[in-house]
Order: sequence, then structure tokens, then C-alpha cells
Amino acid sequence: MAAEASTPAAPAAGSSGGRRDGLWLLIIWIVLSVVGCLLVYFVWGPHIPPGDMSTSAANQQFDLTVLGTIATPVVIGVLLYFGWAIAFWRQKPGDETDAAPIHGSARISALWITVTAVIVLCLAVFGTYELIEPAGSGSGQGPQPIFQHGLPPAASDTSWTPNSNNLLQVQVIAQQWAFTYRYPQFGGFETTDLVLPVGQAVQFNVTSLDVIHDFWAYQLGVKADANPGVNNIAYTTAYHTGGFTVRCDELCGIWHGAMYDYGSVVSATDFMNWAHSSEIKLASVTKMLPPYALTYDPTVLAQVGKVNEQLGLTSAGGGYYNPADPEQP
Amino acid sequence: MSLPARVTTLVIAFLAVVAGGIYVALHYIGAQPPVEDYTSFASNGQVNVTLMTTPQTTVTDKPDWVSYFVKDPSTGQFVHTTYFKVPADTQVNVTILGYDGCTPLRNPLWGRVTGVAGGVEHVSIYNGKSMSATQAVSTFDSWADCSVQHTFAIPGLGINVPVASPNTVDENNALCGTSPCVANTDDQANAPHSVVTFSFMTPKAGGTFRWQCFVPCGGGYVDGNGGPMGTPGYMMGQMEVQA
Repeated sequence: MAAEASTPAAPAAGSSGGRRDGLWLLIIWIVLSVVGCLLVYFVWGPHIPPGDMSTSAANQQFDLTVLGTIATPVVIGVLLYFGWAIAFWRQKPGDETDAAPIHGSARISALWITVTAVIVLCLAVFGTYELIEPAGSGSGQGPQPIFQHGLPPAASDTSWTPNSNNLLQVQVIAQQWAFTYRYPQFGGFETTDLVLPVGQAVQFNVTSLDVIHDFWAYQLGVKADANPGVNNIAYTTAYHTGGFTVRCDELCGIWHGAMYDYGSVVSATDFMNWAHSSEIKLASVTKMLPPYALTYDPTVLAQVGKVNEQLGLTSAGGGYYNPADPEQP
Repeated sequence: MSLPARVTTLVIAFLAVVAGGIYVALHYIGAQPPVEDYTSFASNGQVNVTLMTTPQTTVTDKPDWVSYFVKDPSTGQFVHTTYFKVPADTQVNVTILGYDGCTPLRNPLWGRVTGVAGGVEHVSIYNGKSMSATQAVSTFDSWADCSVQHTFAIPGLGINVPVASPNTVDENNALCGTSPCVANTDDQANAPHSVVTFSFMTPKAGGTFRWQCFVPCGGGYVDGNGGPMGTPGYMMGQMEVQA
């Protein structure tokens, strides 16, 4: 009896001092959620990174916008409940009594489980669709255009023209600490400049000559690991002309942070002019390159061994560090 | 031991550990090679910078590491560092004395001279007896011939210069044995080496530009990529451009 006497009567569920908290919370939450979702989708969405410079970037931006929009009511609900509790349900000065005991509620539990399950399942369906359909799951990153452009031999590795039933092949070669780019359909020239044509499907073949790197063309939304001895494929089609940043996104040594450069998307005509002029300008160094391949292992190239044999050099001061080198740890 | 004494002891021990950690971080991790300052030696919009490559670094505790040296413009002595400072918007005339032997490039693309005046470097080879005539070279094929020992590349400025090498077995077996290879001991100056010269313009805005060698020349490390290839002061450094 004493305990009952010292505990004030709990307020009616959902109300406080005559105010219907549940109803007010619901109304405010709905209004804020509608406004918030509209703002996130239409105002913030178009500015979410990595932008919409390419198909892959636009897909990522759309996914992030949808996820942000879905998360908005949840975030607003949590913050609203938090603020409401601080404003109206906080302990009054001098009131040292316990709060009303909490009892289980089958209705609230069922509602909670149902709502969260629906959200998670919807996200799973959306995520699975986005992963498979526009992003090309299982074939690197970016939209998978192979079925639009035909399979080899319809696709040529030795020639390319704009708007053809073909993919522009660009090989990304990572090395400590720079990216170089090879264009097999233009005589196989290699350059430090990454130039792409707008509106044309591009296939990146990404590999490394030494350690593990990662090719990340930020504004294009393209990101693929560059592993030695491995060809990692990514696709994209640039929507707009302009510049983009390329960074290494895998810790690859002391100057990993400085391993970046800038690429550009130009018109198809400008690209063809650049490619043909580069092919001619770089002809003297192209003939020294190894034949185009999807991966390279410099330690087994016959040309390198020939130089060593000529000089009889096998270690520091002259030789190449091949796997048989006894200095190799 | 009283409570104040125990607290004092604990605080002192804690501070000692922190101080030790800071010392290790600054002394070993944060240590940087000295910077050779060429800014006050520029005249008429030009400055001359001299570098050297050596097949070993006998002035350090890594004697089997290949290395670059930079000439101190004040004393004329070569200093074991790869950091130097030059003024902005200035023509930098670089001379590299290449005392190391040849190593094929991992990527033959780095055999092409880029980003320097005329797109060429000027090369002469001293074979231990006489100096060859100077030749302008735009591309080296290090896989066809023993012709490149290291590269001097500043990716941020699009500069890549292969450092030509002595190219015969006899020359490569008679490389300089003490570093630096000139200035300190005259006899080492007679070792086979190359003399490579080229020029480039520094940007109008200041900044720090890293430079590196693209030859995998870290002997004893996996595929030649570790050791001197990844350590400031050996095969990589910084060029500070002062606006």
C-alpha cells in the first residue's frame, strides 16, 4: 500500500496532461517525412556524389538517392521521438518518483516487426535488381553492355569507330606510383593520358605490373582493383564531356596518396583525332612495348632475359629481379 | 608508498611512455632527408641542379641500396638526399651523373623522354677511359639493349627522363664502389658513368612535387619494389617549387 501511495498514477497511454502524444507525433512525423523525402529526392539527390557524368555514376547516384529517401522517414521518426521525449516527457524538477512501468504490447511489436521487415525486404529487392540489371553483377562494375553490342567476333579488339557495334577497349595499367593507359584498338599505344569519347560504351581492362592498386575514376563512378596477373573488367558510358579524377584506392606504398591523375571525356570526333595522333606520335615507343595482353608478367618476358644474358648481370647494379634471383626473398 | 607518491610515479611513467612514443614517431617515422636549396642560386630565369645516381650508398647503414644524391649548391659536395628546392617559373637545367649499371624498365613506356625542353635528353657516356660525344635521345629501348639505369620522373609535371647507363659488360663490372662517386674521391670519378642533361620549366605557382624512379631497382625486395624504391632519400624524393 505504501508503494502504491508513493507512486503517482501513470498517465493514460498515448496522452499526457490531456495532450494526445501519439496522434501529434504521427501527424508531425508524416508532414516532416513528406517534406523531407521531397527535399532529399529532388533537391539533394542531384548533388549526391559521384554525380551523373556516366551511366555507372548516375546509377550510383540514383541508388544513393533512393536509399537516402527511404532512410529519411526513419531518421525523422527517431529524432522527432527523441525531441518529443526531451520536451514533454522529461522528469520535472523535484519529481523523484519512478516512471510508469513498461508492459509488452503485442500490437506495437507486430507493427514494429512488420514495418522493419517490409523496409528490409524492399531494400533487398531493390538492391538485387540494381546489382544485376544496370550494374552488371559478376562482370566488374558498371552497366554490362556486352549483350547490347554483341559478343566476339562482332566485337573487335583491333579496331573501333564511334557508334559501332563494338566496345572501346581501354587497358588500365597500374604501377608504383602511376597509372598508364593502353588503347589496343589504336595500334596498342600506351600513354599517361586517359581520354574517353562521350556517349560511347567503354570497357576498362584493369591490371597491375607490381603490387595491388585500385583504379577509381571518381566522377565516372568506375572503381576496379588492379591486381598483378589479373584482368579486372569495368564498363561505363560517359554522358557528358569534361574532366574527371583518377585515384588509386588501395594502399600501395609510400606514395599511394600521390598516385592520381586526371582524365577527360571529349566528343567522339575529338577522341578519334586524339587517338590517331597519339598512335602516330607514340609509334616509336609502342614498338618497344610487349604485345597487347590482358595481363603482363615482366619477370618472365623473354626480352628482359635477353638483356640480362647479354650482360651477365643478375643483381643490383644491372640485373632484373626475376623469380630465380637468389636475392629474391 | 603513499597515495600521492604512487600517483606521481604513475604520472611520470605515463609521460615517459608518451615521450618515448613521440620521439620514435619524430625520429624514425617523421624523419626527412635534408633539402638542398637552389632558390638563391637562380639567375636570368634559370637554375642549375645536379644529381647523381650510385650503385650503393656507403654513407648510410644501407650500403647495398642504390640511391640518388643531390649536389649542395653552396659547397659543391654531393649530399645523400633527394629533396631540393627551386624557384617557380624558372628553367631548371638538370645534370644527372649516372654511376649505376643498367636494369630493364618494368614498363618500356618510361623509356620515352617527356615533359622536358625539346622532348629530348642529352647523353654522353664515360667508359672509364674517354667521354663519348653528346647525343640527343628521345626514346630508350631498355629491353633491346642495356641502356637505362634509373629514371627521373615527376608525374605531376608530366616529366619522365630515363637515365642512360654504361652499356657494356666491362663497364657494368667496373662501377663506382664508394658513394658519392665524385667530389670526395677523385679515383671514383673515373668509374664508367653517363652524363645526362635536360631542362624543364617549373610552374608559376609554387607547390611540392614528388619525383621517383620507375625502374624496379630495390635489390633484395620482392620484384625490386621495396627498400630504396619506397624510402625518401634514395630512389624517390620531392622537388619544392617556391613561388
